[in-house]
Amino acid sequence: MTDFLLELRCEEIPARMQLKASDDLARLFTEELAKSGLTPGAIDSFVTPRRLALIARDLPLETAAVSEEHKGPRTSAPPQALEGFLRKTGLTQDQLEDRDGVWFAVVNKPGRATADVLAQAIPAIIRAFPWPKSMRWGIASQTTESLRWVRPLQGIVAILGEDLISCEVDGIQSGYATLGHRFHHSGEITIGGASDYAEKLRACHVIVSHQERQSIIAEKSAQAAAAHGYTVVEDKGLIAENAGLTEWPVPLLGDFDSAFLEVPPEVIQLTLRINQKYFVLRDGEGKLAPAFICTANIEAKDGGAAIIAGNRKVLAARLSDARFFWEQDRKTRLEDHAKKLKRITFHEKLGTVADKVERVAKLARWLVEEGIVTPTTTVTPAKAGVSGGSVPTPEMPASAGMTKDRLADLAEQAARLCKADLVTEMVGEFPELQGVMGGYYARAEGLPDAVADAIRDHYKPVGQGDDVPTAPVTVAVSLADKLDTIFAFLSVDLAPTGSKDPFALRRSMIAGIAVLEFNNLRVHINQIILHWVSITFQQMSSDFQDATEQNRKNIALNQEITQLFSLIEIQKLTMVRDKIASVLEPKGGDAGRFQKWNELLQRGRNDEFIELRYKVLMFAGDRLKVQQKEAGVRHDLIDAVFALGGEDDLVRLLARVHALQSFVATDDGANLLAGYKRAANILKKEAPAQPTTVIPAKAGTHLPTEQPDTAATMDSRLRGNDGPLSYTPEIAEAALIAALDVAEPRTAQAVAAEDFEGAMAALATLRAPIDAFFESVTVNDPDADKRAARLALLARVRDAVHSVADFSKITG
Amino acid sequence: MAEGKALSFQDLILTLHAYWGKQGCVILQPYDMEVGAGTFHPATTLRALGPKPWNAAYVQPSRRPTDGRYGENPNRLQHYYQYQVIMKPSPANLQDLYLGSLMEIGIDPLVHDIRFVEDDWESPTLGAWGLGWEVWCDGMEVSQFTYFQQMGGYDCKPVAGELTYGLERLAMYIQGVDSVYNLKFNDAGVTYGDVFLDNEKQMSKWNFEVADTEKLFRWFKDCQAEWRQCIDNGVPLAAFEQAIKASHTFNLLQARGVISVQERASYMGQVRDMAKGSCEAWMESNGWTA
Repeated sequence: MTDFLLELRCEEIPARMQLKASDDLARLFTEELAKSGLTPGAIDSFVTPRRLALIARDLPLETAAVSEEHKGPRTSAPPQALEGFLRKTGLTQDQLEDRDGVWFAVVNKPGRATADVLAQAIPAIIRAFPWPKSMRWGIASQTTESLRWVRPLQGIVAILGEDLISCEVDGIQSGYATLGHRFHHSGEITIGGASDYAEKLRACHVIVSHQERQSIIAEKSAQAAAAHGYTVVEDKGLIAENAGLTEWPVPLLGDFDSAFLEVPPEVIQLTLRINQKYFVLRDGEGKLAPAFICTANIEAKDGGAAIIAGNRKVLAARLSDARFFWEQDRKTRLEDHAKKLKRITFHEKLGTVADKVERVAKLARWLVEEGIVTPTTTVTPAKAGVSGGSVPTPEMPASAGMTKDRLADLAEQAARLCKADLVTEMVGEFPELQGVMGGYYARAEGLPDAVADAIRDHYKPVGQGDDVPTAPVTVAVSLADKLDTIFAFLSVDLAPTGSKDPFALRRSMIAGIAVLEFNNLRVHINQIILHWVSITFQQMSSDFQDATEQNRKNIALNQEITQLFSLIEIQKLTMVRDKIASVLEPKGGDAGRFQKWNELLQRGRNDEFIELRYKVLMFAGDRLKVQQKEAGVRHDLIDAVFALGGEDDLVRLLARVHALQSFVATDDGANLLAGYKRAANILKKEAPAQPTTVIPAKAGTHLPTEQPDTAATMDSRLRGNDGPLSYTPEIAEAALIAALDVAEPRTAQAVAAEDFEGAMAALATLRAPIDAFFESVTVNDPDADKRAARLALLARVRDAVHSVADFSKITG
Repeated sequence: MAEGKALSFQDLILTLHAYWGKQGCVILQPYDMEVGAGTFHPATTLRALGPKPWNAAYVQPSRRPTDGRYGENPNRLQHYYQYQVIMKPSPANLQDLYLGSLMEIGIDPLVHDIRFVEDDWESPTLGAWGLGWEVWCDGMEVSQFTYFQQMGGYDCKPVAGELTYGLERLAMYIQGVDSVYNLKFNDAGVTYGDVFLDNEKQMSKWNFEVADTEKLFRWFKDCQAEWRQCIDNGVPLAAFEQAIKASHTFNLLQARGVISVQERASYMGQVRDMAKGSCEAWMESNGWTA
């Protein structure tokens, strides 16, 4: 048993790739050795900007010997068969064994030297290495077949025990020699083997362990900060990145002019972290400190004075730029910045960002006017848990007492300004600050806090764990923005496909659902879509007016179209579109404008607007399912609720799912499910033709927009079953009828009141009577009347259960 | 930094010339046309293609009309200098050669923190890409270091290594000045401002305000037509010059703000087609295949 060292030395490996590469090397090495039956005891991995290394512990010096036995032809077989067998095995006839008239060949393969296995494995690993991006270089690159590596590969050290494993890849020969720190050590270092590798390099200013470099950076930067009364803002990603940029990390603290602190802290932090890879510091009060920590790669001769001076200068230039942007941007009011959004294409099929802003503003106002978003939205703690966000401080005081009209005005105002910062210099430089900068600029020009907050937060929640907006103005803008994005892209058939979601619609949908759920907003998606469609048509109408007005002609036509638009109802869309098309075609006019018009009309002609409702609900359903699955809800429970169909109130839908989840976890739930399944099975077998209340047509794939008339179906059944029986029911049968008579209306009432826990509790009362019924009553009675009545009774049970969820979808 | 006697702007260039000359590079003079970067010089673009070894170094004035600031910004110029080195095939010790050049101009790597930070390069206009780094000195990007993988849509066989130094930035660092206009141009009292401040003011004005856009649009069309003629008559070097002219004309139109977002992509596509077409013709005329 002995240890093996492998080092692959190359020019600087990008910091972000190092840890993955280190894991890949260990994995490929293990796999390659496993092919020869070798298993190392343990693998230690090392990675620096200039080397990828591993030490495999306790490798045997040889692979195990293997004895293989091959069965050949019978001894009585024709000579050709024997010749073929000898050729295959490479043996002569006297080496074969005759066992009961059959030839056997025994091939003993001696163990292979591990050194040979390694000499073959190393080139194979190098050639198969999965770098995210790789390149060719040097003289060898005369052909495109030459070796690819992340950056030029320069050396291979491969030592088993103390012996060199001799191998070669594309002209690079393995050896004992490597290089130390680029500046602290010149000339080659001779490595003895695994045992002295790390220490020899340490002596030459290279710390081979990524983890150790991370620890050094964390500890020394904390010390440097503490010496000035500061603390380091924790940033593990930045520590790892700096560990990936240094072989000998030396954190150094520098300061910057505190006058720069007038620039928003987010800007300073981004400048430090993203542009310069510096650590951000806070002072004793938790405020941003006018200082930074950079991580040098050398132990400088002057103690780092020149490095700090240089970095201060670079930072000062960057912060000056940032301050310039900050000052420059504030010279223009947001509403004037917003005018430039006309120049930015939102999407080639969807007009400009200004068009989008117009829709969002109208939709945000409408959400308030319809009473969907109210001055006092209520956040329930239960919902907070579900959406995964932290519970934000209630912002009641800011909006409490605000009138609906005022809220509508603020929502529209905030929406009109929410994208204005996209054209500011600062957001041009730091796109990450969209929203945040708009918030600052809004406050700076004295707009109401509620508007500034809404501009700042309307992109939220961004990802899981982010705060969900709760301030009413923000909620209105945030929701309107997300819904507009979803509706707009789906309306032109740009839904995400597979792993491709270029417009981040899935994220928008998840975020939109979170806003609805967190704020307990009760809304029918269908209703919003209808309104969005009418907003979009208004937009087309004014677009059209612009076109005609610019041409200063067709005034009559203009009026006619305007009138048509004022009449629009979703069902009449096709008719209106056709009319518009018929009057437009012969008139012509501004070619570009009308071409756009015609495209829009074409889009309409394909009924995409009407289909939009289906698309949105289908999409919302898919996202909800994924979201709930990720939140740990069993997918069969989600299916059971979705199978009911007809629900476009997402908050109510989720309440049902959650109630069902709690219910099936109880004994009552489990037993009721068992009873239900038995009833359903009998019904399926005995009365297959009987329709069920679940409409299967759209169930499970998407939510149909039409409410299936479950109530009416149930009513007719109940009436049918309310008639007197032609026989005296058995005790358990009568008990079940009595129980249903009580449970049915209770369940229905609870469902109507959206008290799904209550509905399930009512259903739970059926559990004992059902069990007793199956215990003592024969459904399949020879008496046809009895049989029919009892099947009808089971159907009542099933239908009662279906009023809450389709239990047939529930497994187990 | 400014320790010891810092190199003047012109001595910086002369030092680099002497250094790279010693490494076997042909020391060329700037290409006599407006280009946005040293990479556009045919000594880089076209010489990166094909199998022939090629080592060259040169200063290239680079024009970026939209970066003009009327001489008011201490770091931004619409006309500045790049120092460009190209070595094909890329020598095994190119990093060491580069670091040697930094020491030559007075940067001690045991006093200053030199780092190679990932920066992949791509020029859609030239149909080119490569992998490499931006080189940091005490947190400031002083050079770009690229191993060309493709040029004009063709795999580089062999690969060339390209170094680009931002001369003004490097000189400002070496001389320890905060404004480009305060750079010592020579050791006889002439500053960078003496030489270029008026030029920045006037050219910024022309780029942003004066240039006749109708003419510019026409020039662009003329370049395309002339490019076609060059291709048809088997003179790819002349064709490439038309691509360079079209590219700069497009940059001027951008500075005048008369190209919409949608049109922008289309113009860039036209320039790319001309550049790539020139590379293709150059490959053909030399009898090289992809």
